[in-house]
Amino acid sequence: MKSSVIVFPGSNCDRDIAVALEKFQINNQMVWHNETNLPKSDLVILPGGFSYGDYLRTGCIASKSRIMHDIIKHANGGGLILGICNGFQILIEIGLLPGVLLRNKKLRFVSKNVYLKVINIENQFCLSCVKKNIIELPIAHNEGNYFADDKILQNLEDNNLIAFKYCDEKGNISNNSNPNGSSNNIAGILNNSKNILGMMPHPERLIDPILSGEDGSMIFESLLKSQ
Amino acid sequence: MKITPEIIDKHGIKPDEYKKIISLIGKKPNLLELGIFSAMWNEHCSYKSSKKYLKTLPTKNKKVIQGPGENAGVVDIGDNDAIVFKIESHNHPSYIEPYQGAATGVGGILRDIFTMGARPIATLNSIHFGNHEHSKTKNLLNGVVSGIGGYGNCIGIPTVGGEVKFDSSYNENILVNAMAVGLVKKNKIFYSKAKGINKPVIYIGSKTGRDGIHGASMASVEFDKNAEEKKPTVQVGDPFTEKLLLEACLELMKDDSIISIQDMGAAGLTSSSVEMAAKGNLGIEINLDKVPCREEKMTPYEMMLSESQERMLLILNSEKVENAKKIFKKWELDFSIIGKTTSSKNLVLNFNGKEVANLPLSSLSTDVPVYDRKWRKSIVPKKINSRKDFKSFKIIDSLKKILMSPNNSEKSWIWEQYDQTVMGDTVQKPGGDSAVVRIHGKNKGVAITVDSSAHYCLANPMVGGKQVVCEAWRNLISVGANPIAITNCLNFGNPEKDKIMGQFVESIDGISQACTYLDFPVVSGNVSFYNETQNKAISPTPTIGAVGVIKNLDYMLTKNFKEVGSYILVVGKTLGHLHQSEFFREVVKINDGPPPEVNLFNEKNNGTFIQTLISKKLLNSVHDISSGGILVALSEMCIFGKIGAKIKIPQDSISPHEYLFAEDQSRYLIEVNNKNKDEVSKILEKNGIFYEVIGKTQRDSLDLYKEFDIKLNNLYKLNSFWFKNYFKEN
Repeated sequence: MKSSVIVFPGSNCDRDIAVALEKFQINNQMVWHNETNLPKSDLVILPGGFSYGDYLRTGCIASKSRIMHDIIKHANGGGLILGICNGFQILIEIGLLPGVLLRNKKLRFVSKNVYLKVINIENQFCLSCVKKNIIELPIAHNEGNYFADDKILQNLEDNNLIAFKYCDEKGNISNNSNPNGSSNNIAGILNNSKNILGMMPHPERLIDPILSGEDGSMIFESLLKSQ
Repeated sequence: MKITPEIIDKHGIKPDEYKKIISLIGKKPNLLELGIFSAMWNEHCSYKSSKKYLKTLPTKNKKVIQGPGENAGVVDIGDNDAIVFKIESHNHPSYIEPYQGAATGVGGILRDIFTMGARPIATLNSIHFGNHEHSKTKNLLNGVVSGIGGYGNCIGIPTVGGEVKFDSSYNENILVNAMAVGLVKKNKIFYSKAKGINKPVIYIGSKTGRDGIHGASMASVEFDKNAEEKKPTVQVGDPFTEKLLLEACLELMKDDSIISIQDMGAAGLTSSSVEMAAKGNLGIEINLDKVPCREEKMTPYEMMLSESQERMLLILNSEKVENAKKIFKKWELDFSIIGKTTSSKNLVLNFNGKEVANLPLSSLSTDVPVYDRKWRKSIVPKKINSRKDFKSFKIIDSLKKILMSPNNSEKSWIWEQYDQTVMGDTVQKPGGDSAVVRIHGKNKGVAITVDSSAHYCLANPMVGGKQVVCEAWRNLISVGANPIAITNCLNFGNPEKDKIMGQFVESIDGISQACTYLDFPVVSGNVSFYNETQNKAISPTPTIGAVGVIKNLDYMLTKNFKEVGSYILVVGKTLGHLHQSEFFREVVKINDGPPPEVNLFNEKNNGTFIQTLISKKLLNSVHDISSGGILVALSEMCIFGKIGAKIKIPQDSISPHEYLFAEDQSRYLIEVNNKNKDEVSKILEKNGIFYEVIGKTQRDSLDLYKEFDIKLNNLYKLNSFWFKNYFKEN
């Protein structure tokens, strides 16, 4: 599998994701936002961080980068795209995923490990979650409060496009297990063709037992399986 | 413009200092030159009150690559890796504007780290606020925490630890001390000393604005008739630009383009150019027309004294300039050749084709006045009838009170606002005895802690200084690290008062004794005097940041209890010292008396044998016993490990309150699996280390024989209640 990680000014999880891809022997290259040609890739990753310092609106300026033309072409051709945290925000700004990400309900940055229920285990990003559908991953964001109108939410629910919902250790989905106020406890969503996943939690940060867990590995294992 | 005594005074220069300036430079300074003197001769930049005593600190051993005097200290951690670290204060700006003050504190200390060629891998902070009921405290706390997070989260360096304390002595003077740690290859360290004549001097980073101009009030009145152009003296940070600057600098540092590099911190362009040239024993000539400015019609005075953030000064090899320019263009940062090194040993500034300042560099560096200020010894309080009867204070109620107090509450409300795990190497997050960050790509780690004990220092500055170094040392030992070196941030009141100067002198003495004995040198630091408002000074607060190395992370430990049914031991002797303890302060409401004594021999001995036990993999968990004593330490091990304990006080020579709440030093709580118990006892006995078995771990509750049995859930709720309640989030 070949991947490209797009690096924007202010990306700060680009190294972390590259380390994870290397660990899972996915052949990766870093692509500067100003390039106009996307190298041949099966998977494009928009990493976390603060592209353009979150100025104007999170993900907004990055969504106008020169590389975007090719990324949209890749998406329309059925290529895989994974947007993590700021990458999810960028995907929404491009219009590849619906809804918006508002500031967290408590208006504070939140950084902690959370539990997620894998709602859709049939998409190419979550195939490995068949063995464990409640996973623990870190979140670290200021704008992760997913919001969309009822019609969009209904469409996401009806078509099984919600990849992850925030839950507690036992899998209960409630307000108490919602760290940022997201509608329907949404932590990650897929597009209609399920080749694009946007998620707030960081799978690349939990791929090693010494870092208190390795549930993040399942996302990368799934991608390898999907080939 | 005529330099009047008023103008001299407004620049903070004393009449006799002005006379000295004239004799050093052989002329009367013009206003720009006077401004430069005020920037270089002030306490913050010159250390004129503290220098005499800072010189007495141990700063060298075989692991120290760079001690004080550079942007940051550097120590060797083996395998060609080196750790760069420093702590710095941003107290005054944070009180005026908490968000920006704290944010730029983080930004400034990070620049000190990557200026040395290191990639920052962690930040920590020590923050002190006034009494929680004081009208300003909540707002200041909220602002400072958001500011620290706002900067660190955006630039993408994890905030891995710190401390937060409340005390009325900080009501009008909060403390914001930021520490940063970086990783560099030993053979790729960069320094600020200039070398070679006619080398290009290059300005990189953000443009210069009118923010942070020293003495801005005066400057505006005297030189600027437009009142609306007055800008606050607090700098405004832009972590996004700093991230670009970080990546651009590290990219440029891959080869040998850079001769020397210095960040523009306090006193901006003035101190960076002076320090680089003075260290290299050269001269420097700057053409101010080339300085990238954010605002129109900036004067030389404003450019030289601006403290705009995210700027650096470089001296490059001439043939590498074009390549460097390309890198900065890619990162969309300003890059301007503003001058050159010369053989004159003078600082020469030109503007609009005219020479506007010309000063011998020695007058701004080696000839800066040094003061031997008057000081007096602190009066050490005596113990008052410590054999008091505490029976009216039930042990369980006292424990609850301490666990629920602002100073002893669990601080996740704060650290959850900091990204702790970006960079993917945070092995121990906030809440442990030390933070542990993995050396990228290796199974090796650096342990980091930051500590202060202002109550102890106020009662006895010498003992307090000693104690805080020992506590940092113990915190590193507890996670399985080998302590290496420290950085200190010395926060005090007005040094012109003999009492305050005495606190400073005695604290340094204590720090020096402990560092010397433990072979734990000071490699960097900062002094912050004048933390004083209307004659009320803060408690003397030397803050110690310390680092250690864990050669193999398989040997790392945490304080969480690991399994049910293992033994719990107290290592080190409990004498029952309650003065200055949390029990006295929070429960009995006694604030005087001396702090616990520090016995350096015991400290080193106990710590060394804890290390021995860890190296033989005989321990499940370790926690140092500090604020709150045995019972609070035990509660924390239970809460974090989600495992209970059943304990009994093993002796009756002191009262139960004394045994459980005393803050005697050099002690650890350890958890030992049954199968290792005999070997642990044997090693400790053989080496004459005092220890007591106090009980065993169990499920679900903390149980003290004949006193109480409390569920862990309740213990956790008590300990995590205060912050949420304070910010009305329950």
